Amino acid sequence: MSTIITRRTLLAGAAATSALPLIGGAQAQAPLGVGFVYVGPIGDHGYTWTHDQGRLALEKEYGAKIKTSFIENVAEGPDAARAIRQLAQAGNQIIFATSFGFMNPTIQVAKQFPKIKFEHATGYMRAENVATYNARFYEGRAVLGTIAGHMSKSGQAGYVASFPIPEVVMGINAFHLAARKVNPNFKTKVIWASTWYDPAKEADAAKALIDQGADMITQHTDSAAPLQAAEQRGVFAFGQASDMSAFAPKAHLTAIVDDWSGYYIKRVKEVMDGTWKTGDVWHGLKEGMVKMAPYNAAMTPAARAAADEVQKGIIAGTFHPFTGELKDQKGTLRLKAGETASDEMLSKMDWYVDGVQA
Amino acid sequence: MTSVILVSIFMTLAAAATPILLAGLGELVTEKAGVLNLGVEGMMLCGAVTGFAVAYSSGSVTLGLVAAAVAGLLAAMIFALLTLGLGSNQVATGLALTIFGIGVSSLFGAGYVGRTIQRLGPLFPADYAAHPWLRLVFGHDALVYLSLLLVLAVSLFLRRTRAGLILRAVGENAESAHAIGYRVLAIRAAATGFGGALAGLGGAYFSLALTPMWADRLTAGRGWIALALVVFAAWKPGRLLLGAYLFGAVATFELQAKAAGINWVAPEVLAMTPYLATIVVLTMMSLGTRTGGRNAPACLGKPFPAP
Repeated sequence: MSTIITRRTLLAGAAATSALPLIGGAQAQAPLGVGFVYVGPIGDHGYTWTHDQGRLALEKEYGAKIKTSFIENVAEGPDAARAIRQLAQAGNQIIFATSFGFMNPTIQVAKQFPKIKFEHATGYMRAENVATYNARFYEGRAVLGTIAGHMSKSGQAGYVASFPIPEVVMGINAFHLAARKVNPNFKTKVIWASTWYDPAKEADAAKALIDQGADMITQHTDSAAPLQAAEQRGVFAFGQASDMSAFAPKAHLTAIVDDWSGYYIKRVKEVMDGTWKTGDVWHGLKEGMVKMAPYNAAMTPAARAAADEVQKGIIAGTFHPFTGELKDQKGTLRLKAGETASDEMLSKMDWYVDGVQA
Repeated sequence: MTSVILVSIFMTLAAAATPILLAGLGELVTEKAGVLNLGVEGMMLCGAVTGFAVAYSSGSVTLGLVAAAVAGLLAAMIFALLTLGLGSNQVATGLALTIFGIGVSSLFGAGYVGRTIQRLGPLFPADYAAHPWLRLVFGHDALVYLSLLLVLAVSLFLRRTRAGLILRAVGENAESAHAIGYRVLAIRAAATGFGGALAGLGGAYFSLALTPMWADRLTAGRGWIALALVVFAAWKPGRLLLGAYLFGAVATFELQAKAAGINWVAPEVLAMTPYLATIVVLTMMSLGTRTGGRNAPACLGKPFPAP
């Protein structure tokens, strides 16, 4: 849609945007504005792409009832406040800030726009009009670890990781614990790429891990490059954030798929109905925020069965990837026998379990 | 087993060095003519996306490489038009070209995200490289060999040919070269175009050989490393080759050390080794000679005719 901007429409637009926060829900006829702030490009085919798929799902669900807009490549930090404020001033009623580093800017802008609802992904600061949401990726990683334990001949996995923050550390531990359950001598070697996104470096890291004997590649970085390296070298690998089988049809066993659409659809509905409340959501396989991509035909029946079982156990609540007795590498007891990790423990995790080489 | 790993490390190293060697070599020629084009990263991205799009549509990687070189050349021509034709500031225009390249590649690449192609394979048939050590010689793809040949060719061109002498004269003293009848702007435009074509090829090495896909900002800052390499190499093609492979080696060994479980160094320290090495070598070089070791073309970055 193209609009010719004359002075009159410009003035009308300015009046409308300044009036919107005051009018709020009273204007039932006008489409509901939904704004998104992305940390990366929607073309990353990874984390930001999955959020944008969520936005597209919203448009499909509500059609003309809503109007979505987004700002991509927003740097974490002060610049984010400008982007969020811009979306707020443009009359959006709910704004999703989709990266950890948008936390303080979101809280700051939310104070200035008390009528607008804000949703911040992966953070922990909340307010009357700021809710937080995150996905339990570690549940998916436990499924990957189970498969790796069954499928690896060398008993070694290579893990291309970004930065040693709790989110990543918890994923490494979940993967490794699951693999150890199948093969008690399993080793997981980690390379810190010190980047979320550098395809060539991620590929080289995967190659180095394969050189050192790993025949399973998994990653916590954003590009499909490690999968391509695995495909080239003839070992197996797992996709990250979305189904990446197109990049590595032979190597790609399955992937952790982020699906934000269910949550977005639900929260926008609540804004429409006026029932939105702040809160903290950490959803996983059970709620469908984390899903597993279809299994590769190369997967053995035993691996399939074990992966399905872990998945079912997590969904039913009978199995927790972090169940005691659990000791870290220094021998400190972290979980007593039968005890499961609390969410607080997970979100602060800064230790590795035995057998992880990080 | 160890020899297999060593060979594999060297193959990775050569692959990491090739794109920055190509882009750096192009920039070296551009700068020798007195033009400072900071848009290497942008031209690489233009080459990367065009190369991928053409290879994906036509099914021919070779065609993709040609298209990538043309795309890099066209991007460089925008730069030449602005700085040489209209006399705009070279530093500012170069930076703008990088930003433009990031944006335009993202725009045209949007339809190719999530697709892949058959990567550029080894040039020689597999039985040439049956033995692991023979892979060192015969196991590379065509661009690795091409980049090495180009180093030789550029080196000979600059030092042994009349045309190379003229190009250097334009970069060292544009006024004098003009006074004796050489067309400074045309020569500079040609050098800029050559630099753009090689940057395009270097970018396409990412999307066609290293990681056969398109994703935004695929080159992840390698253009800046290529620019630093030119200074590092003191504008000498032989040293550029050394620098590119040194950079490839440091980057590869960093990862290999991590994979081998050498963890007495913090990962952050390992990650900065390539850049640390660059700074150390640059410092040592500038200490070594009286001229500050820079050996930069005297008219580098200066507009002609002087305003």
